[in-house]
Amino acid sequence: MNDTLNLKPGQVKGDTGIWEMVIGLEIHAQISSKSKLFSGASASFGSDANSSVSLVDAAMPGMLPVINKFCVEQAVKTGLALNAQINNTSVFDRKNYFYADLPQGYQISQFTKPIVGEGEIVIDLDDGNQTTIGIERLHLEQDAGKSLHDQHPTKSFIDLNRTGVALMEIVSKPDIRSPQEAGAYVKKIRSILRYIGACDGNMEEGSLRADCNVSVRKQGDAFGTRCEIKNLNSIRFIIQAIQSEAERQVDIIEAGGKIKQETRLFDTSTGETRSMRSKEDAHDYRYFPDPDLLPLEFSDSWVKEIKGTLPELPDTLKKRLVNDYGITDYDASILVEEKDFVDFYLEAANGVDGKLTANWMITELFGALKKENIMFLNSPVTPQKLGELIALISKGVISGKIAKDVFSDMMVTKKSPSEIVKEKGLEQVSDDKAIMKLIDKVISENQDKVKDYLGGKDKLLGFFVGQVMKLSQGKANPGLVNKLLKESLK
Amino acid sequence: MSNIKSIVDIPTVNKIARLARLQIPEKNKQNLTNDLNNILEFVAQLNEVDTSNVEPLASVTGHKLPLRNDEVTDGNIEQLVLKNAPESSSGFFVVPKVIE
Amino acid sequence: MSDLLNLDLSSAQKSLKNREISSVELTKAYLDAIEKTSSLGAYIDLQKDYALEMAKNSDKKINQGVAGPLEGIPIGVKDMFCTKGIKTTASSKILENFYPTYESTVTQNLWNDGAVMLGKLSCDEFAMGSSNETAAKGNVINPWSKTIPMSPGGSSGGSAAAVASRSALAATGTDTGGSIRQPAAFCGITGLKPTYGRCSRWGIVAFSSSLDQAGPLTRTVSDAAIMLNSMAGYDNKDSTSANLEMPDLTSYLDKSIKGKKIGIPKEYTQDGISQDIVSFYETSIQFLKDSGAEIIPVSLPHTKYALPVYYIIAPAEASSNLARYDGVRYGTRKEAESLDDMYELTRGEGFGDEVQRRIMIGTYVLSSGYYDAYYLKAQKVRRLIKEDFDNTFENVDFLLTPSTPSTAFELGQKQDPLTMYLNDIFTVPASLAGLPGISIPVGLDKAGLPVGIQLIANSFDEPNLISVAHTLEKSANFNVIAQGAAK
Repeated sequence: MNDTLNLKPGQVKGDTGIWEMVIGLEIHAQISSKSKLFSGASASFGSDANSSVSLVDAAMPGMLPVINKFCVEQAVKTGLALNAQINNTSVFDRKNYFYADLPQGYQISQFTKPIVGEGEIVIDLDDGNQTTIGIERLHLEQDAGKSLHDQHPTKSFIDLNRTGVALMEIVSKPDIRSPQEAGAYVKKIRSILRYIGACDGNMEEGSLRADCNVSVRKQGDAFGTRCEIKNLNSIRFIIQAIQSEAERQVDIIEAGGKIKQETRLFDTSTGETRSMRSKEDAHDYRYFPDPDLLPLEFSDSWVKEIKGTLPELPDTLKKRLVNDYGITDYDASILVEEKDFVDFYLEAANGVDGKLTANWMITELFGALKKENIMFLNSPVTPQKLGELIALISKGVISGKIAKDVFSDMMVTKKSPSEIVKEKGLEQVSDDKAIMKLIDKVISENQDKVKDYLGGKDKLLGFFVGQVMKLSQGKANPGLVNKLLKESLK
Repeated sequence: MSNIKSIVDIPTVNKIARLARLQIPEKNKQNLTNDLNNILEFVAQLNEVDTSNVEPLASVTGHKLPLRNDEVTDGNIEQLVLKNAPESSSGFFVVPKVIE
Repeated sequence: MSDLLNLDLSSAQKSLKNREISSVELTKAYLDAIEKTSSLGAYIDLQKDYALEMAKNSDKKINQGVAGPLEGIPIGVKDMFCTKGIKTTASSKILENFYPTYESTVTQNLWNDGAVMLGKLSCDEFAMGSSNETAAKGNVINPWSKTIPMSPGGSSGGSAAAVASRSALAATGTDTGGSIRQPAAFCGITGLKPTYGRCSRWGIVAFSSSLDQAGPLTRTVSDAAIMLNSMAGYDNKDSTSANLEMPDLTSYLDKSIKGKKIGIPKEYTQDGISQDIVSFYETSIQFLKDSGAEIIPVSLPHTKYALPVYYIIAPAEASSNLARYDGVRYGTRKEAESLDDMYELTRGEGFGDEVQRRIMIGTYVLSSGYYDAYYLKAQKVRRLIKEDFDNTFENVDFLLTPSTPSTAFELGQKQDPLTMYLNDIFTVPASLAGLPGISIPVGLDKAGLPVGIQLIANSFDEPNLISVAHTLEKSANFNVIAQGAAK
């Protein structure tokens, strides 16, 4: 159906030509606060239904909202991290509609005057390029409860634990041009949120969700009619859903139809989007300022104070790693993906070879952790111990090859590399005399090959090196072996 | 009947009733429509007031929105929360099934 | 018994303290009075046993010398206040079986100070009304009715009728557009609406959040001062609650008002007010003049727009506040196959006509395409109305106005919603501006029905408001007891 050869990401080939995607994302991020946005009930909860619900959350008669300071701070912090305008005065509005998981019959949100205005972030694309995605706004709002619709043939069950949990809604400008860009954008936002500690970004658990607005157009045309795909909770699904939706829209338009502006859901089993089966009347949310809340106001100095608590963010860190630690752009990107990685790296690389540390972290450590299914934070190898290992390699105490064995041991025993090297007697042998002894033995035992080598078969040097290394149980300094062999075999 | 200037008609009333989730019996719809029109006509006199340079009044209190410290001070009151529920089961509120 | 009923709150307070009477005696007297006046329909939920239990406890406390300021005083509570474990219905079918698991802040303040609860008082459904004719359980009758049943006013009609019929020593009410002041005027008693934010709204069934305020209905200004002392106070569970201290209002009762400036707004005397009321108004002006106040004619040019502003904003907020009554978590539920049908049936049957009308208006004025023309416009005019008051209070200390354009009318007389709304014409402006207002009875009209006069003060100036109200009350010297009162 779609000839994907010669197509750039974000392009769909139709009968009438090549179509481009126009994508905007609305990310809902649950704030990692202890209590909810407007009530004192816990924002993190276990499995007992309605156990983390206050009378305010349950919208009992006469209940009133009181706002959580920490949530306001996180919104400001996030706004600063997104290089966005912070609005010192913002207003909470009621978004009115009826649903069983919305006890008040309205959601407290922000409509006309959000706490954060326009901003932008830079994202890294697969081809190594970067692009800037504009942020339209960020606002605070309440999360809704959960409904279980499949437990009973005629009844639904409502759990309000999640009702009232603080959400930040981050709305991008329609600057995204491919599913891959969308994935990179979400990844970046998630990373930033985790860095500043505002949200744990756990998409499987629902702390981070995305709604995608997708439309298609021919290059140069005005934006087409968009459809919204709701509640995507993995980057993989986001990419799939956008691709599928764009293709659906192209098919409709080319068949002579019009795109109906509507809300759709992504069916993970079919890989396609489908219309939400709600009645035709569009929601009229009747937004108006919540009269139980006054306008939210804070000073420039408070914003400045919050700015002072911002950690170094991924982009800045990446530059620093490349400039100060001499690692590649690519490696730096991987390390800054998670604040935990960077923190680990900076500690490990302290005083040792930065590039080597990066290689070992990315290739060996990540690989080993993945293989053993161990979470990064539970790594048996600590930053300090990794740094020690790097130092041993750099000083030539052990070879790179031996180091791998030491590392494997470290993973299992959690011992320090020095300890392991000592215990197992793995120090690299760099003593000329000692190596010469081994070389003499190998030469004497392989006279025929020596003859061949001297007769012109240069490749046999590798064989001799291998034999010496084997004899030394891998401990001989390979560079030195190489050098001394060459001299000996003249 | 009296000369009621019609701002809303019955179809509009039906739409509003739907938004407000109110079931209005057919026989009451005309009277309700008349009542609403009377009220809307009455409030329309606000158009006489020049508000071109006036900000809407956000609140009469004169104080700022107070901020609460982030502490868990509530919850764990399932029994109280469910006490008045017309129907509940295993800690959940129960409603007629919703098809999404 | 009638000796006991003759004691106003301030006197009863002293007698209790001096152990001349006991709370149990006093409470029993009121329980009897409630029985005698039951045909008025003021109470929708009598709490006989509970009241006597509370009275016993109060007597204990008084004997131990740890009495609170309201120790042993029997009061009625408007059914808009959530009372823990005691049915709270907002006079609506939709809450006919609702038992709150919590107590409203205002009533908790009263119990903390030792007050005794006689029971819950009827009101207009969800506090929407000016005649107490929309209560699910039926009308309340004004104790001043002679042969034809008259309205006690609303929405706190039950509260006003109870105090006026001496079946409560005092009562709590709520005032959104006049719902304390207007029924107080109709029933010949004192009704005080404090500054918006003075009393906490936590635990009070919300009607219109930017306007609702709790306040006392009492026999005298002194009684109102004592009640408000207890009811008011900062509550951190209510974001609109004012974090301001209020001095002991009773210390302001006898302060001189010499040199105080009383504004007479020209917009409050117009066609359509009964001549009797105009007379009493003029007399009141003279009384204050005689007490040394300076009378200053003023103008609040946007007064006539207050009512239309109110009938946009209040219904709009109500339409949203009442969305929670959906049969899911509490209240009555009408079963149906789909959730939406359940909502529509539950609400369609659970809410009365006036409530539905206001929800419809509110939904309409907030709806897409109409928000700017109605709601936003109303909020702008509201600012102009407030500014009228702000400007005027630069030149005067208080405003004196009639409380209502007419005295009590017959039950069933005002069928047209709009005509009913016009009852609030003098009370609504102060509500929109969040200002404190008090209505005190000054006399009876030719038909023998009470006339109330209103005083309005600047924000949080309840102390001085009490002074001038007390002065007017003394001059007016209105001491008639309603025919329908318990004796």
